Amino acid sequence: FTADFFSTLRQLLILSLLLWVCVVFYVGIYLFVGGFLLVRLEVNRTSTCGDVLHPGEEQGDFCHVKPRFRRAVLLIIDALKIDFARFDPTNATPRHYENKLPVLEETASSRPSHSRLYPFRADPPTTTMQRIKGFTTGSLPTFIDVGNNFASSAILEDNLIHQLGQIGKRVVFMGDDTWESLFPKKFYRSLPFPSFNVKDLHTVDDGILQHLYPTMVSDDWDVLVAHFLGVDHCGHRFGPDHPAMADKLTQMDGVIRSVIERLENDTLLVVMGDHGMTDTGDHGGESQKETDAAIFLYSPSPLFPKLPFQSEPDVVPQTDLVPTLALLLGVPIPYSSVGQVLLPLFPPHGQTEGAVGGLSQLEALWINAKQVNRFLKTYSGMAKDIPAESLSKLQDVFSRVSSDYLSTVGKGQTPSPELAASLQAYLTSVRDTCRATWARFSPLKMAAGLAILAFACLLCFILSELSCVLIRENVLRAPVVAALSVGVCVAAGQLFTQGYIEVAWCLAAAALSSELLFLWRAHRVRTSVVAGNGSKAPKRANWLTLRHLLVPPLLVSLLRCASLLSDSYVIAEGRVVTFLVFSLSLYIPIHLNWDGLLLPPSHDPLKPAGLLPSPALSPSAVRKESSTLVACLGLLVGSLYLSLSFHGCREEQGTCQPSPFLSPLSRLQDNKLKNLHYVLSLASLGLWTYLLRRWLRHYGNLNSSGGTVFTARVILPLLSVCLGLHWAVSATPEDSFRNLADLISLAQLALPRAAFCLLGLGLLLIWLDPLTVFVKTRTVAPARGSSLPPPRYRASTGISPQAELHHLIPQIYQRMRRSLEDGELSGGAELDSRPAVEAYGLGTVYSAPLLLFCGLLGIGLLLLHPEGMALSFLLLLLQTGALLHIHASSTALNSGFDVPWTPVVLWSLAATQFFHATGHLPTFPSIQWNAAFVGFPGGHTGTILPASLVTLNTFASHILFAAGCPLLLFWPLVCEVRGSRGVRAVGEDGEDAVMEMRLRENPQQFSSALLQLSTRYLFILGAQVFASVCAAAILRRHLMVWKVFAPKLMFEASGFLVSCVFLLIGVTLVSRVDMAVGRWFKRLLPDESR
Amino acid sequence: MWDHEIKAMASSHALIASSLFLATVVPAVLVQGFSVYGTHLLWLYSVSGTVSLVNISVFWLLGVSPPTKKHSLGYKLSRLFRSCIYFLLSCLFYHTVVVLYGAPLIESALETFSLAVLLTSLTTLRCLCVLGPNVQAWIRVFSRHGAMSVWDTSLQITVACTVVGAWVGAFPIPLDWDRPWQVWPVSCSLGSVIGFLTGLVAAPAWIHYHRKQLTYKCK
Repeated sequence: FTADFFSTLRQLLILSLLLWVCVVFYVGIYLFVGGFLLVRLEVNRTSTCGDVLHPGEEQGDFCHVKPRFRRAVLLIIDALKIDFARFDPTNATPRHYENKLPVLEETASSRPSHSRLYPFRADPPTTTMQRIKGFTTGSLPTFIDVGNNFASSAILEDNLIHQLGQIGKRVVFMGDDTWESLFPKKFYRSLPFPSFNVKDLHTVDDGILQHLYPTMVSDDWDVLVAHFLGVDHCGHRFGPDHPAMADKLTQMDGVIRSVIERLENDTLLVVMGDHGMTDTGDHGGESQKETDAAIFLYSPSPLFPKLPFQSEPDVVPQTDLVPTLALLLGVPIPYSSVGQVLLPLFPPHGQTEGAVGGLSQLEALWINAKQVNRFLKTYSGMAKDIPAESLSKLQDVFSRVSSDYLSTVGKGQTPSPELAASLQAYLTSVRDTCRATWARFSPLKMAAGLAILAFACLLCFILSELSCVLIRENVLRAPVVAALSVGVCVAAGQLFTQGYIEVAWCLAAAALSSELLFLWRAHRVRTSVVAGNGSKAPKRANWLTLRHLLVPPLLVSLLRCASLLSDSYVIAEGRVVTFLVFSLSLYIPIHLNWDGLLLPPSHDPLKPAGLLPSPALSPSAVRKESSTLVACLGLLVGSLYLSLSFHGCREEQGTCQPSPFLSPLSRLQDNKLKNLHYVLSLASLGLWTYLLRRWLRHYGNLNSSGGTVFTARVILPLLSVCLGLHWAVSATPEDSFRNLADLISLAQLALPRAAFCLLGLGLLLIWLDPLTVFVKTRTVAPARGSSLPPPRYRASTGISPQAELHHLIPQIYQRMRRSLEDGELSGGAELDSRPAVEAYGLGTVYSAPLLLFCGLLGIGLLLLHPEGMALSFLLLLLQTGALLHIHASSTALNSGFDVPWTPVVLWSLAATQFFHATGHLPTFPSIQWNAAFVGFPGGHTGTILPASLVTLNTFASHILFAAGCPLLLFWPLVCEVRGSRGVRAVGEDGEDAVMEMRLRENPQQFSSALLQLSTRYLFILGAQVFASVCAAAILRRHLMVWKVFAPKLMFEASGFLVSCVFLLIGVTLVSRVDMAVGRWFKRLLPDESR
Repeated sequence: MWDHEIKAMASSHALIASSLFLATVVPAVLVQGFSVYGTHLLWLYSVSGTVSLVNISVFWLLGVSPPTKKHSLGYKLSRLFRSCIYFLLSCLFYHTVVVLYGAPLIESALETFSLAVLLTSLTTLRCLCVLGPNVQAWIRVFSRHGAMSVWDTSLQITVACTVVGAWVGAFPIPLDWDRPWQVWPVSCSLGSVIGFLTGLVAAPAWIHYHRKQLTYKCK
């Protein structure tokens, strides 16, 4: 059965091509993200006083040793760059930021044993939140610290504030309110001030100054943390070289002086910056200007050894503050610190007797090394991102040094300076290893990812433009073979030269090689095609010209991509996308009008007839069609406008109120309002179900007894009922029905689970038996239409007379047509002896299962959303319908089944629009975590299930639009019968509705159109991913990179991954339907006609 | 071929453009504290009023508008009345479209409506002048073969430029630059006026360069 075999082969080819494109995109994203996003696992263990870190000493309590200092003052001046802190008396014409903090250098030079000033090097990302995390935990916070609590920003890792609180130190905090969110309820007293407004230079600083001196004078504190923001905000607003910066720094100079005056002997003062700034006042990246801050240490009692310490450090890494402060204040070093104690602050071995308590250098180093080693062991047990061989090397070093140390201390010998040096070397190498793993962008990987993504976009575009040519050639084999061989070669090469395999680079090489080979082959194919048919050559050759590319839909898509490069547009993304959708949908009627298709041609007698193509339709039909178009446009615009009211709010949007529908019903206090919301949601759910069923019944798809029809008739209503009941139960206040509490909790568990099962069953049935055609043989059931409602379009018959009669499938049509005519028209010319056959729902055989699939999926996704979102989902359905109708009535059918760019761009924009209109935002705090507990109110044991539930919730709109993408191909055919626009080859009598059977007539065109549609959709999504990747790469120094661009990249990339998967599912479903239709025809046709 | 008409168009467009310029400068001299950003609505209405007046008088003098079949006073009055109604309806239409594009619905409704008035006087009024109160004709003009005269072509160009200008004018609104011209609806009205001026310049130029290709079926 060759025809069927070939069509199956073609479907497989499409699927594998799409899969290959997706994989290439995945590799690009993986590479870029691997180089850009720094990920680290959080270790949720804490050090305790009981940790035996001292060797030889049997006492278990570390904290009872008298510490070196009783109290400490931490003055954090945000963005205090080392250049600001230095003082150069020879500089006669200082710039605005130079020589404004003379107090530091003065004190350091006049009292060298009391104070020091060092450069203080932060690790990237140099943003305030990450830095606060860094110098309180002693670790290297990355952009994503994978902890077990995504929803709040509180630090869960062991940190200095926690340790200080543990042993009863009173920590008083004032300043930047970021601390309050990082350490909720950890402070003895807290005076946070709003930090969000970058233009406000004084609120935080003045607030601190009001309370700082009174607090210092009172005896109500042990550790005082004051975080000044003025310098940083001044940098952001004016840049460093501005008079305002001079004023601000002079003010800080005064502050430090007054604090020094008020210090007591048992108090340590630390003045430090958390990061530096560039010459434009920005920070976030890894340049030295951004990382090099200043640290100034001072104590009224002598702190540093009299003799200049031999190994005075040039630069103090920021991680070193934590162990130093911890040991000086007598608390355990936080568990995940990888810092190294600052040796000059500890007396050398043997001089401890002179100092007031505290540890010697060697003891401090030993405690530190032991703690770091313990952390390293724990971490490597949890995560595998530190290379194994460097781990084992570090382990060897530690065991050697520790045995050295233990033997020396055990014998009571004076330790050699080499021991201290090797301990230091160990600590340094640990920190370097960790930094290499967690805190360094990898520009090479980022560049490779960008290149792969760019090529993948180009490839998608070429694939979509040349789909009809490429599908005939076997274009995929060579690239895949090349990818495999290159990947294996690179892996082997790595194995030989380095001894281990880096997967990322093998994948990169494979993807790049296959992309390039494909592009080359596509070029070859194109030139051969151009050479093959010379007459068509100019038409084919110019598909990549500027004029061809700058059509409005691609322009809108370009605008959308460009908008991803600006933080303001990303913040306002929901509105921006709605604006673009609106613009593009207004473009459709304007364009149609420009082509003269919107209005019936004027009955101007003077008009020469030859100029315009003779109208195919009567004026009344055109008018009717145009009014349908305008009505659909109205519906589309209305849903667009209403969808704006379901948006959530980012914290950057100052005066924004999140939609009232976003909060779950159970949180509403007012009973009337609650009922109203519930009824509204229920009505939308009911309408969703009704519209779906109505559509299926209208096209006669509800008559047969297959799995899909069962789903539509039974499972769909049941699912909605389940959902409605679930909403009702979960909205019930807990104390209202006390005697029914058990029942309610059972229902809360059972209803959503039942809905999940129904959904799974329904989807499975559609998948297994997608055919919705009902065949009736007249002889068997003569009483037609008595029990079933008479469907409007039963049979798909009719074929243009010159069609290939040798082809098999048209024969079937002919037979069916004949038998129909036999039944319907009295005295049909072609009397046939075979039984008359009627087929219900053949015209929508492809779109019906797909639509039902998406509809079911939509209800399932709605289950994961707050109840109020039902309205938004209804809008989604209406808008989709309107979009499809507009597309159908504006497409001229005569040029194959190609879907033009406009509807595809609209489709992809609508996916983003409804991402926002279902209350989602591309930020991490806005993820709807409640979705993970639908049906699992008691929580989960694993992580896969909740993660997938949350993913389904977050990307609901992406999923629906991706899975429904092939509908764009079918809809013009479905709507064909409603009168057609433009010149169209319809059969001579208008009743002949071939609808989707056209696709069976031209399987070649069908396949190429399907491939084109999918690659076009992928191209637009891929271009968006590429744009946000570019934004992250170009703007990695931007103030907003970790707040706006990086989360946007994550959401865009994950949305793309999810969309790819569901696009593939949609296309696979279509090809399953295709195969099922083939089988059905085979069954229908008696064997002898072969 | 139509040198005469192109010249007439260029001079009338120059007249309209200079009246636009005057509408900005004269109030600045006469009114205390006048500025395009600060007293935006005043500027807006002065511009739209001037453009309307100059447009109407120019087209009246040139006699471009379609010849009316009847000359009775009643008919003329009803035409005038219909024109006024269409003007108002067009304001409402633009207002709706702008709100649907995302303008605030209730607050600053006056600003939105003023923008609608400006857009109407830059686009619809021209349609009224050239084609008379006939919506069908308006719609038909904006098609590939819809232009029946040089004036129709210039109408196409100016209207498209104005609308695109207003559309582009919305782009800077979300940016966080805190400039006075980012306030609603300053950028949009500026965009539409700039677009209109571009159209005024572009229309005669385009027609001049394409005069060989242009064929009008009936004049």
